[in-house]
Amino acid sequence: MAHGPATGLSRWLFTTNHKDIGTLYLWFSFAMFMLGGVFALVVRAELFEPGLQIVDPEFFNQMTTMHGLIMVFGAVMPAFVGLANWMVPMMIGAPDMALPRMNNWSFWILPFAFAMLVSTLFMEGGGPNFGWTFYAPLSTTYAPPSVTFFIFAIHIMGASSIMGAINIIATILNMRAPGMTLMKMPLFVWTWLITAYLLIAVMPVLAGVVTMMLMDIHFGTSFFDAAGGGDPVLFQHIFWFFGHPEVYIMILPAFGIVSAIIPTFARKPLFGYASMVYATASIAFLSFIVWAHHMFTVGMPLAGELFFMYATMLIAVPTGVKVFNWVTTMFKGAMTFETPMLFSIAFVILFTIGGFSGLMLAIAPADFQYHDTYFVVAHFHYVLVPGAIFSITAAVYYWLPKWCGNMYNETMGKTHFWMAFVGLNLTFFPMHFVGLAGMPRRIPDYALQFADFNMIASCGAFLFGAAQVMFLFNVIATIRGGKKATAEVWENPEGLEWTVASPAPYHTFSVPPTVK
Amino acid sequence: MLKEAKRLSALLLGPAVLISMSGQSLAEEVERWGVNMTQGVTPMSRDIYDLHMLIFWICVVIGVLVFGVMFYSMIVHRKSRGAIPANFHESTKLEILWTAVPFVILMAMAWPATTTLIDIYDTDEAEVDILVTGYQWKWKYEYVNQEVSFFSNLSTPKEQIYNQAPKGVNYLLEVDEPVVIPVKKKVRFLITANDVIHAWWVPDLAVKKDAIPGYVNETWAYVEEPGTYRGQCAELCGKDHAFMPIVVEALPEEEYQQWLAGKREEAAILRELTNQTFSFDELYARGEDVHNRVCAACHQVNGEGVPPTFPAIAGSAIATGAMNDHLSIIIDGSATNPAMRAFGDELSEVDIAAVVTYQRNAFNNNMGDSVQPIDILKYKQGQ
Ligand code: HEC
Ligand SMILES: [Cu+2]
Repeated sequence: MAHGPATGLSRWLFTTNHKDIGTLYLWFSFAMFMLGGVFALVVRAELFEPGLQIVDPEFFNQMTTMHGLIMVFGAVMPAFVGLANWMVPMMIGAPDMALPRMNNWSFWILPFAFAMLVSTLFMEGGGPNFGWTFYAPLSTTYAPPSVTFFIFAIHIMGASSIMGAINIIATILNMRAPGMTLMKMPLFVWTWLITAYLLIAVMPVLAGVVTMMLMDIHFGTSFFDAAGGGDPVLFQHIFWFFGHPEVYIMILPAFGIVSAIIPTFARKPLFGYASMVYATASIAFLSFIVWAHHMFTVGMPLAGELFFMYATMLIAVPTGVKVFNWVTTMFKGAMTFETPMLFSIAFVILFTIGGFSGLMLAIAPADFQYHDTYFVVAHFHYVLVPGAIFSITAAVYYWLPKWCGNMYNETMGKTHFWMAFVGLNLTFFPMHFVGLAGMPRRIPDYALQFADFNMIASCGAFLFGAAQVMFLFNVIATIRGGKKATAEVWENPEGLEWTVASPAPYHTFSVPPTVK
Repeated sequence: MLKEAKRLSALLLGPAVLISMSGQSLAEEVERWGVNMTQGVTPMSRDIYDLHMLIFWICVVIGVLVFGVMFYSMIVHRKSRGAIPANFHESTKLEILWTAVPFVILMAMAWPATTTLIDIYDTDEAEVDILVTGYQWKWKYEYVNQEVSFFSNLSTPKEQIYNQAPKGVNYLLEVDEPVVIPVKKKVRFLITANDVIHAWWVPDLAVKKDAIPGYVNETWAYVEEPGTYRGQCAELCGKDHAFMPIVVEALPEEEYQQWLAGKREEAAILRELTNQTFSFDELYARGEDVHNRVCAACHQVNGEGVPPTFPAIAGSAIATGAMNDHLSIIIDGSATNPAMRAFGDELSEVDIAAVVTYQRNAFNNNMGDSVQPIDILKYKQGQ
């Protein structure tokens, strides 16, 4: 039989095993999640009351920027890549990823990128302070000197993502077990396949825009400098051409995860599998033609404004199809509410609320009032926290017994869920109100009428943070011991991953299974 | 801390109190907390508000339906109640239905949204034109063809921001000079920026437009009632993004004309001052005021700056060097760093003379020299 893992540090440094690399990605992501979370708590602590108490505005801006960058590029994206590494080969009956050495490389450049990014906080002039969207010229002509390191870090992250995406596409297209036709693939595999194409399409655009910044800063070009004949709005077009697909990169794999979990705990097959695939593909396509809805206030011509409004409204259609399919899957099932299911149900409800506020934001005239307020902050946290974060959490609880062979502690899992659920809603729901009432985003201090809701939001944020510590505790306890999990783990779950033992052997499907 | 604890417990009890309230006082309470978009004071802002409420209620109805089915299933179709799972998993009819119905709803939404947008974009035939320029971190207003122009700075004292004094009602939403507009006139705002991108936003007018260097964006407002309307910069623009509010004062036509005349007179007096000679103490005192108002955002009140981003004036080679270099960096701005912009047009000759005199003698710079407004004028003309 196949050999086992190497021992000691070299196992992790030199590994080409998809499970090891998946584990590395997931731990890295969790570490970044904690770090980005601490930055968020600094922000919430400052916003607990009106007035400047804890940090000065300069540092506050670095915290909001770093929070966004770390959560997007350090927490959410690597977590999904980690899940893909672990699950895609097991779901399609492949022995490993198609390009295992590149797999090792695409992970191991990440810690360097983030070490460099975080180190900018200690440099003269501080770290990036121009928001995670880094609009020029604030991020070029007016940026702190550390911006060059920020650009380099983004380049490395982009390279890592592109390599990961190539690997996933190569694996899915070439390594499926006999009989695993495309339309038999689990939705998680489908959503990741489409996500990987999005990544390959837009990460080079991101690399391009930061390179143009680099040129403006160091080599005398004026891409984004009006004084030199450049155009600051060009920056926003390029950024959001990357940025809008990017938000779907952070949500499509989540769709795949809940589409695996809900049927298991409803004990009923997923409703509308084919329509789910088509809806995912439509969302991916639409994501390329809606970018300027982030820019309704830059002064586009009326025709542009209308085009982007209509295209954006259209996204509600395939997204609605998904939600209806999930609800219909639950309808007439025989449900139980284990932790992964709780997180998935919360996903459907809260993501839908985020979708509603998204639809509101799509209405260009109304967006003139919503844009750059806390209403937007509420909106994207409703789609990202219960969307990406909850689905990742659900996935970890769902597959953890398969990964380490032990059942997690259900009581602690449920406590984690309820703390996170209450914390999240306390934090982000009031943001809708203060946003509508007129509070701009990215401000360290605010007018008095926003005080009460901000205080509630800050309390919620700390509760949410505490819940994640409990999560960490639960996961470590599960890895170290606990009730042994069966191969199936749950009641009749679907998928090849449940046909191998728990914990999954170091090498699975060395002989491909046959799928009927 | 005790005060906060009290407020916190009040907040947590709040929802319970709300539920037990009558409809009338509930509405008042909702008003006090500020949970919704303002209806504003222009026909446009009301259109936008209506649009906002329409889409909101559509979402509520869809939400009630979807979540209704979901909660029904979660309560009834649970294993613990002995539910037996069905096995259906496909229905083309249903899929078509729930693709088509939302599509129709969206079309219905798109119609009013489009007409409102077309309205907003109609900036023609304005009766008053005001050029609004965003600066780090203040706004400049120029009344086109009226020879009136001024800067508008945050007027909330630092002590309030740093919690050394109780905060006033309009904390962070007050300025030294509001922008004044006439009521019942179509006022067009031409919006641009001098350094980074800002956004000019006044919720009551439903106007939010990015102020972008190299662009002049247009928008307009027709205010019906006299009043004071407050807003803020809405696009992250650096350190003091939170501290560059907007105050619009809408006046009846007559008072507006009086105000314009008053402003022109002020400017004439200021030009007069250029020809006068001031004593050292007069310049120093005025300079202290200018420094704290205009320069301290970067160089700080104590002149220590925020190195390396913003250099200190205390002991600075330029402020303790040749007078012309000092004048040059203030009047023409820094040749290498756009953050130190040209103040030549922004400040009057008197103010420049004063602030130079102040900087050369305050913060232990003790140069002992001073400069007169007329010298500033000569310097400018000499260029
Ligand atoms: C938006 C921030 C900002 C404001 C406001 C500002 N400055 Fe500056 N100032 C700077 C920066 C940045 C530099 C450094 C310029 C350089 O490196 O060439 C500077 C440099 C200077 C220097 C030269 C210091 C030295 O030794 O290098 C003087 C003198 C000065 N400013 C005066 C003023 C005066 C007077 C005002 C108010 C009228 C003012 N500044 C307002 C940002 C600002
Ligand atoms: Cu601004």
